[in-house]
Amino acid sequence: MTREALAIPVRDPAAVPRLLLALGIIILLWPGFKLTEFDPSVLFEERSLDTMARFVGTFFPLESSAEFLRLVARSTLETLAIATAGTALAMLIAWPLALVVTRTLSISRIGPGPGFALGRVARLPARFALMFFRSIPEIVWALIFVRAVGLGPAAGVLAIGVTYGGMLGKVYSEILESNDARPATALLEAGGGRIAAFCYGMWPMALPELVSYSVYRWECAIRASVIMGFVGAGGLGQQMELSMRMLNGGEVSTILLVFLLLVMLADGVSAFLRKVTA
Amino acid sequence: MSIVHWLVVCALVAATWASFAFLALDLGQLFSAEAQLQMWKYVVSFFPPDVSSDYLARVGQGTLETIAISAIGTALATVFGLFIALPAAGRWGALPRGVARLVLNFLRSIPELVWAALMVFAAGLGPFAGTLALAWHTTGVIGRLFAETLENTPPEPTQALRLSGSSPALAFIYGTLPNVVPQLIAYSLYRWEINIRMAAILGVVGAGGLGQLLYFSLSLFQQPQAMTVIIAMLILVVVVDGASAWLRQRLVN
Repeated sequence: MTREALAIPVRDPAAVPRLLLALGIIILLWPGFKLTEFDPSVLFEERSLDTMARFVGTFFPLESSAEFLRLVARSTLETLAIATAGTALAMLIAWPLALVVTRTLSISRIGPGPGFALGRVARLPARFALMFFRSIPEIVWALIFVRAVGLGPAAGVLAIGVTYGGMLGKVYSEILESNDARPATALLEAGGGRIAAFCYGMWPMALPELVSYSVYRWECAIRASVIMGFVGAGGLGQQMELSMRMLNGGEVSTILLVFLLLVMLADGVSAFLRKVTA
Repeated sequence: MSIVHWLVVCALVAATWASFAFLALDLGQLFSAEAQLQMWKYVVSFFPPDVSSDYLARVGQGTLETIAISAIGTALATVFGLFIALPAAGRWGALPRGVARLVLNFLRSIPELVWAALMVFAAGLGPFAGTLALAWHTTGVIGRLFAETLENTPPEPTQALRLSGSSPALAFIYGTLPNVVPQLIAYSLYRWEINIRMAAILGVVGAGGLGQLLYFSLSLFQQPQAMTVIIAMLILVVVVDGASAWLRQRLVN
Protein backbone atom coordinates (compact mmCIF):
# COMPACT_ATOMS: atom_id res chain seq x y z
CA MET A 1 0.00 0.00 0.00
CA THR A 2 1.23 3.45 -0.77
CA ARG A 3 1.09 6.46 1.51
CA GLU A 4 -1.65 8.02 -0.60
CA ALA A 5 -3.83 5.03 -0.04
CA LEU A 6 -3.50 5.36 3.71
CA ALA A 7 -4.24 9.05 3.39
CA ILE A 8 -1.48 10.01 5.76
CA PRO A 9 -0.64 13.66 5.27
CA VAL A 10 2.97 13.80 4.15
CA ARG A 11 3.33 17.44 4.94
CA ASP A 12 3.17 19.07 8.33
CA PRO A 13 -0.41 20.37 8.63
CA ALA A 14 0.73 23.16 10.95
CA ALA A 15 3.47 24.38 8.62
CA VAL A 16 1.56 27.28 7.07
CA PRO A 17 0.32 28.87 10.31
CA ARG A 18 3.79 28.52 11.84
CA LEU A 19 5.44 30.16 8.85
CA LEU A 20 2.91 32.97 8.94
CA LEU A 21 3.56 33.50 12.64
CA ALA A 22 7.31 33.64 12.09
CA LEU A 23 6.81 36.04 9.20
CA GLY A 24 4.57 38.22 11.36
CA ILE A 25 7.20 38.41 14.11
CA ILE A 26 9.89 39.37 11.61
CA ILE A 27 7.68 42.09 10.13
CA LEU A 28 6.96 43.40 13.63
CA LEU A 29 10.66 43.47 14.48
CA TRP A 30 11.70 45.01 11.16
CA PRO A 31 11.39 48.69 12.18
CA GLY A 32 13.47 47.77 15.23
CA PHE A 33 16.42 46.84 13.04
CA LYS A 34 16.20 50.30 11.45
CA LEU A 35 15.88 52.09 14.80
CA THR A 36 18.84 50.31 16.35
CA GLU A 37 20.99 51.06 13.30
CA PHE A 38 21.47 47.32 13.06
CA ASP A 39 24.45 46.70 10.83
CA PRO A 40 26.80 43.82 11.61
CA SER A 41 29.14 44.97 8.85
CA VAL A 42 30.27 47.79 11.19
CA LEU A 43 31.85 45.13 13.32
CA PHE A 44 34.00 43.97 10.44
CA GLU A 45 35.10 47.34 9.18
CA GLU A 46 38.83 47.59 9.12
CA ARG A 47 39.00 50.47 11.54
CA SER A 48 36.84 48.93 14.27
CA LEU A 49 38.37 45.49 13.73
CA ASP A 50 41.74 47.08 14.21
CA THR A 51 40.80 48.87 17.43
CA MET A 52 39.04 45.83 18.77
CA ALA A 53 41.88 43.46 17.87
CA ARG A 54 44.41 45.70 19.55
CA PHE A 55 42.18 46.08 22.59
CA VAL A 56 41.23 42.41 22.96
CA GLY A 57 44.81 41.40 22.21
CA THR A 58 45.90 43.22 25.34
CA PHE A 59 43.39 41.34 27.53
CA PHE A 60 46.00 38.67 28.12
CA PRO A 61 48.16 38.46 30.07
CA LEU A 62 46.34 39.95 33.03
CA GLU A 63 47.89 43.05 34.49
CA SER A 64 49.51 41.94 37.75
CA SER A 65 52.03 44.57 38.70
CA ALA A 66 52.11 45.17 42.44
CA GLU A 67 51.22 48.79 42.00
CA PHE A 68 48.10 48.06 39.95
CA LEU A 69 47.04 45.24 42.27
CA ARG A 70 47.24 47.65 45.19
CA LEU A 71 45.02 50.05 43.28
CA VAL A 72 42.52 47.28 42.51
CA ALA A 73 42.52 46.12 46.13
CA ARG A 74 41.71 49.64 47.26
CA SER A 75 38.91 49.93 44.70
CA THR A 76 37.53 46.56 45.78
CA LEU A 77 37.43 47.66 49.40
CA GLU A 78 35.82 50.88 48.27
CA THR A 79 33.14 48.94 46.37
CA LEU A 80 32.44 46.79 49.43
CA ALA A 81 32.29 49.87 51.62
CA ILE A 82 29.96 51.69 49.21
CA ALA A 83 27.61 48.70 49.15
CA THR A 84 27.64 48.30 52.93
CA ALA A 85 27.28 51.98 53.75
CA GLY A 86 24.65 52.35 51.03
CA THR A 87 22.62 49.46 52.41
CA ALA A 88 22.87 50.92 55.92
CA LEU A 89 21.63 54.27 54.62
CA ALA A 90 18.86 52.48 52.73
CA MET A 91 17.67 50.89 55.97
CA LEU A 92 17.65 54.28 57.68
CA ILE A 93 15.41 55.55 54.89
CA ALA A 94 13.32 52.39 54.63
CA TRP A 95 12.38 51.71 58.25
CA PRO A 96 10.50 54.90 59.14
CA LEU A 97 8.63 54.82 55.84
CA ALA A 98 7.86 51.11 56.18
CA LEU A 99 6.46 51.62 59.68
CA VAL A 100 4.28 54.43 58.36
CA VAL A 101 2.86 52.55 55.39
CA THR A 102 2.29 49.19 57.11
CA ARG A 103 -1.47 49.00 57.43
CA THR A 104 -1.50 46.37 60.15
CA LEU A 105 0.39 48.78 62.44
CA SER A 106 -2.11 51.57 62.00
CA ILE A 107 -3.87 52.66 65.18
CA SER A 108 -6.41 54.83 63.43
CA ARG A 109 -7.45 51.86 61.31
CA ILE A 110 -8.79 49.98 64.34
CA GLY A 111 -11.99 51.87 64.85
CA PRO A 112 -14.04 54.75 63.55
CA GLY A 113 -11.92 57.17 65.54
CA PRO A 114 -11.22 60.77 64.64
CA GLY A 115 -7.90 59.99 62.90
CA PHE A 116 -9.28 57.43 60.47
CA ALA A 117 -9.32 59.53 57.31
CA LEU A 118 -6.20 61.43 58.32
CA GLY A 119 -4.22 58.21 58.76
CA ARG A 120 -5.21 57.08 55.33
CA VAL A 121 -4.13 60.35 53.75
CA ALA A 122 -0.84 60.36 55.65
CA ARG A 123 0.12 56.97 54.27
CA LEU A 124 -0.20 58.15 50.68
CA PRO A 125 2.83 60.47 50.51
CA ALA A 126 4.98 57.83 52.21
CA ARG A 127 3.85 55.25 49.67
CA PHE A 128 4.51 57.70 46.87
CA ALA A 129 8.01 58.49 48.19
CA LEU A 130 8.88 54.79 48.31
CA MET A 131 7.62 54.30 44.77
CA PHE A 132 9.49 57.34 43.50
CA PHE A 133 12.78 56.28 45.14
CA ARG A 134 12.76 52.79 43.70
CA SER A 135 11.33 53.53 40.24
CA ILE A 136 14.32 55.61 39.15
CA PRO A 137 17.20 53.23 38.40
CA GLU A 138 20.19 53.47 40.72
CA ILE A 139 22.52 54.52 37.93
CA VAL A 140 20.31 57.51 37.17
CA TRP A 141 20.37 58.49 40.84
CA ALA A 142 24.15 58.08 40.70
CA LEU A 143 24.39 60.37 37.66
CA ILE A 144 22.37 62.97 39.51
CA PHE A 145 24.29 62.67 42.78
CA VAL A 146 27.64 62.81 41.03
CA ARG A 147 26.62 66.23 39.81
CA ALA A 148 25.19 67.24 43.17
CA VAL A 149 27.97 66.09 45.54
CA GLY A 150 30.86 65.56 43.13
CA LEU A 151 32.69 62.52 41.78
CA GLY A 152 33.48 59.77 44.24
CA PRO A 153 32.01 57.20 46.58
CA ALA A 154 29.63 59.62 48.34
CA ALA A 155 27.45 59.73 45.22
CA GLY A 156 27.40 55.92 45.09
CA VAL A 157 26.40 55.60 48.74
CA LEU A 158 23.59 58.13 48.31
CA ALA A 159 22.35 56.49 45.10
CA ILE A 160 22.21 53.04 46.68
CA GLY A 161 20.67 54.50 49.82
CA VAL A 162 17.83 56.16 47.93
CA THR A 163 17.02 53.38 45.44
CA TYR A 164 17.36 50.52 47.88
CA GLY A 165 15.62 52.55 50.57
CA GLY A 166 12.58 52.56 48.31
CA MET A 167 12.83 48.85 47.59
CA LEU A 168 13.52 47.80 51.18
CA GLY A 169 10.74 50.02 52.54
CA LYS A 170 8.19 48.47 50.23
CA VAL A 171 9.30 44.91 50.89
CA TYR A 172 9.60 45.43 54.67
CA SER A 173 6.03 46.63 54.85
CA GLU A 174 4.89 43.75 52.62
CA ILE A 175 6.64 41.24 54.87
CA LEU A 176 5.12 42.82 57.97
CA GLU A 177 1.65 42.80 56.42
CA SER A 178 1.91 39.22 55.24
CA ASN A 179 2.76 37.95 58.71
CA ASP A 180 0.12 37.08 61.29
CA ALA A 181 -1.25 40.45 62.38
CA ARG A 182 -3.06 39.23 65.49
CA PRO A 183 -0.30 39.77 68.10
CA ALA A 184 0.30 43.32 66.91
CA THR A 185 -3.43 44.04 66.70
CA ALA A 186 -3.91 42.71 70.23
CA LEU A 187 -1.19 45.02 71.51
CA LEU A 188 -2.63 48.00 69.64
CA GLU A 189 -6.16 47.31 70.87
CA ALA A 190 -4.92 46.99 74.43
CA GLY A 191 -3.55 50.49 74.14
CA GLY A 192 0.04 49.85 73.07
CA GLY A 193 1.84 52.26 70.78
CA ARG A 194 2.82 51.62 67.20
CA ILE A 195 6.51 51.08 68.01
CA ALA A 196 5.73 48.73 70.89
CA ALA A 197 3.32 46.74 68.75
CA PHE A 198 5.98 46.45 66.11
CA CYS A 199 8.77 45.45 68.52
CA TYR A 200 6.79 42.85 70.45
CA GLY A 201 4.10 41.80 68.01
CA MET A 202 5.85 41.67 64.65
CA TRP A 203 9.63 41.81 64.89
CA PRO A 204 10.15 38.35 66.44
CA MET A 205 8.13 36.57 63.75
CA ALA A 206 9.24 38.59 60.76
CA LEU A 207 12.94 38.77 61.61
CA PRO A 208 14.30 35.88 59.51
CA GLU A 209 12.51 37.09 56.40
CA LEU A 210 13.57 40.69 56.96
CA VAL A 211 17.19 39.69 57.44
CA SER A 212 17.27 37.45 54.43
CA TYR A 213 15.83 40.11 52.16
CA SER A 214 18.18 42.78 53.50
CA VAL A 215 21.19 40.52 52.96
CA TYR A 216 20.00 39.79 49.44
CA ARG A 217 19.81 43.52 48.77
CA TRP A 218 23.35 43.98 50.10
CA GLU A 219 24.47 41.40 47.58
CA CYS A 220 22.70 43.32 44.79
CA ALA A 221 24.26 46.53 46.09
CA ILE A 222 27.75 45.14 45.44
CA ARG A 223 26.92 44.49 41.81
CA ALA A 224 25.21 47.87 41.56
CA SER A 225 28.12 49.74 43.08
CA VAL A 226 30.48 48.28 40.50
CA ILE A 227 28.18 49.44 37.72
CA MET A 228 27.66 52.87 39.19
CA GLY A 229 31.39 53.42 39.09
CA PHE A 230 31.02 53.82 35.33
CA VAL A 231 29.37 57.19 35.84
CA GLY A 232 31.97 58.27 38.39
CA ALA A 233 30.56 57.01 41.68
CA GLY A 234 33.80 55.38 42.84
CA GLY A 235 34.85 51.78 43.39
CA LEU A 236 35.88 49.07 40.93
CA GLY A 237 33.62 50.39 38.17
CA GLN A 238 35.37 53.71 38.04
CA GLN A 239 38.71 51.92 37.81
CA MET A 240 37.37 49.72 35.00
CA GLU A 241 36.06 52.74 33.12
CA LEU A 242 39.48 54.39 33.36
CA SER A 243 41.25 51.27 32.10
CA MET A 244 38.80 50.92 29.22
CA ARG A 245 39.27 54.51 28.23
CA MET A 246 42.99 53.93 28.05
CA LEU A 247 42.34 50.76 26.01
CA ASN A 248 44.35 48.81 28.57
CA GLY A 249 42.90 45.31 28.16
CA GLY A 250 45.15 43.65 30.75
CA GLU A 251 43.83 45.96 33.45
CA VAL A 252 40.25 45.45 32.30
CA SER A 253 40.51 41.67 32.49
CA THR A 254 42.14 41.81 35.94
CA ILE A 255 39.31 44.00 37.20
CA LEU A 256 36.68 41.74 35.59
CA LEU A 257 38.22 38.74 37.33
CA VAL A 258 38.23 40.55 40.68
CA PHE A 259 34.61 41.56 40.08
CA LEU A 260 33.59 37.94 39.46
CA LEU A 261 35.43 36.80 42.61
CA LEU A 262 33.77 39.59 44.59
CA VAL A 263 30.31 38.55 43.41
CA MET A 264 31.03 34.95 44.34
CA LEU A 265 32.31 36.02 47.75
CA ALA A 266 29.21 38.12 48.36
CA ASP A 267 27.11 35.13 47.36
CA GLY A 268 28.88 32.98 49.97
CA VAL A 269 28.70 35.58 52.73
CA SER A 270 25.01 36.17 52.13
CA ALA A 271 24.27 32.44 52.14
CA PHE A 272 26.14 32.16 55.44
CA LEU A 273 24.31 35.10 57.02
CA ARG A 274 20.96 33.71 55.94
CA LYS A 275 21.79 30.30 57.40
CA VAL A 276 22.92 31.77 60.72
CA THR A 277 19.80 33.89 61.17
CA ALA A 278 17.26 31.43 59.82
CA MET B 1 19.67 34.92 70.99
CA SER B 2 22.70 32.75 70.98
CA ILE B 3 26.29 33.91 71.12
CA VAL B 4 26.60 33.41 67.33
CA HIS B 5 23.80 35.88 66.75
CA TRP B 6 25.47 38.47 68.94
CA LEU B 7 28.76 37.94 67.14
CA VAL B 8 27.07 38.39 63.75
CA VAL B 9 25.32 41.56 64.91
CA CYS B 10 28.58 42.97 66.27
CA ALA B 11 30.38 42.11 63.04
CA LEU B 12 27.69 43.81 60.95
CA VAL B 13 27.78 46.96 63.06
CA ALA B 14 31.57 47.00 62.88
CA ALA B 15 31.49 46.48 59.10
CA THR B 16 29.06 49.35 58.65
CA TRP B 17 31.11 51.64 60.85
CA ALA B 18 34.30 50.63 59.04
CA SER B 19 32.65 51.33 55.67
CA PHE B 20 31.73 54.87 56.60
CA ALA B 21 35.19 55.40 58.09
CA PHE B 22 36.97 53.96 55.03
CA LEU B 23 35.05 56.15 52.62
CA ALA B 24 35.75 59.12 54.88
CA LEU B 25 32.13 60.12 54.44
CA ASP B 26 31.37 63.16 56.46
CA LEU B 27 27.62 62.92 56.76
CA GLY B 28 27.58 66.05 58.88
CA GLN B 29 29.12 68.02 56.05
CA LEU B 30 26.95 66.27 53.47
CA PHE B 31 23.85 67.47 55.27
CA SER B 32 25.17 70.81 56.45
CA ALA B 33 23.05 73.90 55.87
CA GLU B 34 25.19 75.05 52.97
CA ALA B 35 25.19 71.67 51.25
CA GLN B 36 21.46 71.40 51.77
CA LEU B 37 20.89 74.76 50.17
CA GLN B 38 22.99 73.74 47.18
CA MET B 39 21.21 70.43 46.91
CA TRP B 40 17.87 72.19 47.07
CA LYS B 41 18.91 74.61 44.32
CA TYR B 42 19.98 71.68 42.17
CA VAL B 43 16.68 69.88 42.76
CA VAL B 44 14.67 72.99 41.93
CA SER B 45 16.60 73.47 38.69
CA PHE B 46 14.99 70.26 37.40
CA PHE B 47 11.57 71.94 37.36
CA PRO B 48 9.61 72.54 35.31
CA PRO B 49 10.47 69.75 32.87
CA ASP B 50 11.05 70.75 29.26
CA VAL B 51 7.84 70.01 27.36
CA SER B 52 8.54 71.87 24.12
CA SER B 53 7.25 69.80 21.23
CA ASP B 54 10.75 69.69 19.78
CA TYR B 55 12.22 68.01 22.80
CA LEU B 56 9.22 65.77 23.35
CA ALA B 57 9.71 64.47 19.82
CA ARG B 58 13.33 63.66 20.63
CA VAL B 59 12.36 61.92 23.83
CA GLY B 60 9.70 59.99 21.91
CA GLN B 61 12.34 58.93 19.42
CA GLY B 62 14.61 57.90 22.33
CA THR B 63 11.80 55.86 23.84
CA LEU B 64 11.18 54.05 20.56
CA GLU B 65 14.91 53.44 20.26
CA THR B 66 14.98 52.00 23.80
CA ILE B 67 12.12 49.63 23.01
CA ALA B 68 13.76 48.62 19.73
CA ILE B 69 17.12 47.96 21.44
CA SER B 70 15.47 45.72 23.99
CA ALA B 71 13.31 43.88 21.44
CA ILE B 72 16.08 43.20 18.93
CA GLY B 73 18.59 42.38 21.67
CA THR B 74 16.19 39.86 23.20
CA ALA B 75 15.27 38.39 19.81
CA LEU B 76 18.94 37.87 18.93
CA ALA B 77 19.57 36.37 22.34
CA THR B 78 16.67 33.96 21.89
CA VAL B 79 18.15 32.66 18.63
CA PHE B 80 21.74 32.47 19.95
CA GLY B 81 20.52 31.03 23.24
CA LEU B 82 18.65 28.21 21.55
CA PHE B 83 21.72 27.28 19.52
CA ILE B 84 24.03 27.24 22.53
CA ALA B 85 21.40 25.51 24.66
CA LEU B 86 21.51 22.41 22.44
CA PRO B 87 25.11 21.51 23.30
CA ALA B 88 24.67 22.89 26.84
CA ALA B 89 21.84 20.41 27.42
CA GLY B 90 24.31 17.61 26.71
CA ARG B 91 22.82 16.54 23.39
CA TRP B 92 26.19 16.21 21.70
CA GLY B 93 28.21 14.70 24.50
CA ALA B 94 30.07 15.78 27.60
CA LEU B 95 32.80 17.93 26.07
CA PRO B 96 30.54 20.25 24.04
CA ARG B 97 28.32 20.43 27.10
CA GLY B 98 31.16 21.68 29.29
CA VAL B 99 32.35 24.18 26.70
CA ALA B 100 28.85 25.52 26.04
CA ARG B 101 28.20 25.93 29.77
CA LEU B 102 31.47 27.78 30.18
CA VAL B 103 30.55 30.15 27.35
CA LEU B 104 27.11 30.76 28.84
CA ASN B 105 28.55 31.41 32.30
CA PHE B 106 31.02 33.87 30.84
CA LEU B 107 28.36 35.73 28.85
CA ARG B 108 26.07 35.87 31.85
CA SER B 109 28.53 36.94 34.52
CA ILE B 110 29.58 40.14 32.75
CA PRO B 111 26.94 42.79 33.48
CA GLU B 112 25.06 44.42 30.60
CA LEU B 113 26.63 47.77 31.26
CA VAL B 114 30.17 46.39 30.99
CA TRP B 115 29.21 44.65 27.76
CA ALA B 116 27.82 47.96 26.52
CA ALA B 117 31.03 49.79 27.33
CA LEU B 118 32.98 47.10 25.43
CA MET B 119 30.58 47.10 22.48
CA VAL B 120 30.89 50.84 22.10
CA PHE B 121 34.49 50.13 21.08
CA ALA B 122 33.46 47.45 18.60
CA ALA B 123 30.40 49.05 17.04
CA GLY B 124 30.80 52.73 17.83
CA LEU B 125 28.51 54.99 19.83
CA GLY B 126 24.81 54.41 19.28
CA PRO B 127 21.96 51.98 19.69
CA PHE B 128 23.66 49.11 17.86
CA ALA B 129 26.22 48.80 20.66
CA GLY B 130 23.39 48.62 23.20
CA THR B 131 21.59 45.98 21.17
CA LEU B 132 24.69 43.79 21.03
CA ALA B 133 25.40 44.28 24.74
CA LEU B 134 21.90 43.15 25.69
CA ALA B 135 22.14 40.27 23.23
CA TRP B 136 25.36 38.89 24.78
CA HIS B 137 24.27 39.07 28.38
CA THR B 138 20.77 37.80 27.65
CA THR B 139 22.15 34.93 25.58
CA GLY B 140 23.99 33.79 28.69
CA VAL B 141 20.87 33.96 30.84
CA ILE B 142 18.42 32.56 28.33
CA GLY B 143 20.79 29.84 27.08
CA ARG B 144 21.04 28.39 30.55
CA LEU B 145 17.29 28.50 31.08
CA PHE B 146 16.71 26.90 27.66
CA ALA B 147 19.28 24.19 28.39
CA GLU B 148 17.53 23.35 31.63
CA THR B 149 14.18 23.24 29.85
CA LEU B 150 15.61 20.92 27.20
CA GLU B 151 17.06 18.66 29.86
CA ASN B 152 13.78 18.44 31.72
CA THR B 153 11.58 17.73 28.74
CA PRO B 154 10.45 14.11 28.36
CA PRO B 155 12.59 12.31 25.74
CA GLU B 156 9.97 9.77 24.67
CA PRO B 157 8.39 11.62 21.71
CA THR B 158 11.82 12.26 20.19
CA GLN B 159 12.90 8.68 20.78
CA ALA B 160 9.74 7.39 19.16
CA LEU B 161 10.41 9.49 16.08
CA ARG B 162 14.05 8.43 15.93
CA LEU B 163 13.12 4.76 16.28
CA SER B 164 10.62 5.01 13.44
CA GLY B 165 13.36 6.36 11.24
CA SER B 166 13.25 10.14 11.22
CA SER B 167 16.40 12.21 11.08
CA PRO B 168 17.76 13.76 14.29
CA ALA B 169 16.89 17.28 13.17
CA LEU B 170 13.28 16.39 12.31
CA ALA B 171 12.95 14.39 15.52
CA PHE B 172 14.03 17.48 17.44
CA ILE B 173 11.71 19.80 15.55
CA TYR B 174 8.63 17.59 15.90
CA GLY B 175 9.42 15.64 19.05
CA THR B 176 11.07 18.14 21.38
CA LEU B 177 10.36 21.64 20.17
CA PRO B 178 6.53 21.58 20.52
CA ASN B 179 6.94 20.59 24.16
CA VAL B 180 9.37 23.33 25.04
CA VAL B 181 8.24 26.25 22.89
CA PRO B 182 5.72 27.68 25.40
CA GLN B 183 8.42 27.69 28.08
CA LEU B 184 10.96 29.28 25.73
CA ILE B 185 8.52 32.02 24.79
CA ALA B 186 7.74 32.66 28.44
CA TYR B 187 11.43 33.03 29.29
CA SER B 188 12.08 35.34 26.33
CA LEU B 189 9.17 37.61 27.20
CA TYR B 190 10.29 37.72 30.81
CA ARG B 191 13.82 38.72 29.79
CA TRP B 192 12.40 41.28 27.36
CA GLU B 193 10.61 42.96 30.23
CA ILE B 194 13.87 43.18 32.18
CA ASN B 195 15.76 44.33 29.11
CA ILE B 196 13.43 47.25 28.43
CA ARG B 197 14.41 48.65 31.81
CA MET B 198 18.07 47.89 31.11
CA ALA B 199 17.98 49.45 27.62
CA ALA B 200 16.72 52.67 29.16
CA ILE B 201 19.94 53.10 31.14
CA LEU B 202 22.58 51.51 28.89
CA GLY B 203 22.86 54.85 27.12
CA VAL B 204 24.90 56.34 29.96
CA VAL B 205 27.96 54.66 28.45
CA GLY B 206 26.95 55.78 24.95
CA ALA B 207 24.81 52.88 23.81
CA GLY B 208 21.78 54.81 22.60
CA GLY B 209 18.21 55.16 23.80
CA LEU B 210 16.83 57.26 26.63
CA GLY B 211 19.96 56.84 28.75
CA GLN B 212 22.10 58.62 26.20
CA LEU B 213 19.68 61.56 26.11
CA LEU B 214 19.76 61.70 29.90
CA TYR B 215 23.54 61.58 29.98
CA PHE B 216 23.83 64.39 27.44
CA SER B 217 21.34 66.66 29.14
CA LEU B 218 22.86 66.13 32.60
CA SER B 219 26.37 66.72 31.25
CA LEU B 220 25.27 69.95 29.59
CA PHE B 221 23.54 71.05 32.82
CA GLN B 222 20.15 71.09 31.09
CA GLN B 223 18.21 69.80 34.08
CA PRO B 224 14.71 70.52 32.71
CA GLN B 225 15.47 68.29 29.71
CA ALA B 226 16.89 65.63 32.04
CA MET B 227 13.65 65.74 34.03
CA THR B 228 11.65 65.10 30.86
CA VAL B 229 13.78 62.04 30.12
CA ILE B 230 13.44 60.78 33.69
CA ILE B 231 9.66 61.14 33.48
CA ALA B 232 9.70 59.25 30.17
CA MET B 233 11.71 56.46 31.83
CA LEU B 234 9.25 56.30 34.72
CA ILE B 235 6.29 56.12 32.34
CA LEU B 236 8.01 53.40 30.31
CA VAL B 237 8.69 51.32 33.41
CA VAL B 238 5.17 51.77 34.79
CA VAL B 239 3.57 50.90 31.44
CA VAL B 240 5.74 47.81 31.00
CA ASP B 241 5.00 46.69 34.57
CA GLY B 242 1.28 47.19 34.07
CA ALA B 243 1.21 45.49 30.69
CA SER B 244 3.14 42.49 31.90
CA ALA B 245 0.98 42.09 35.01
CA TRP B 246 -2.16 42.35 32.87
CA LEU B 247 -0.87 39.88 30.29
CA ARG B 248 0.20 37.42 32.95
CA GLN B 249 -3.21 37.57 34.56
CA ARG B 250 -4.90 37.02 31.21
CA LEU B 251 -2.63 34.15 30.22
CA VAL B 252 -2.85 32.40 33.56
CA ASN B 253 -6.63 32.48 33.79
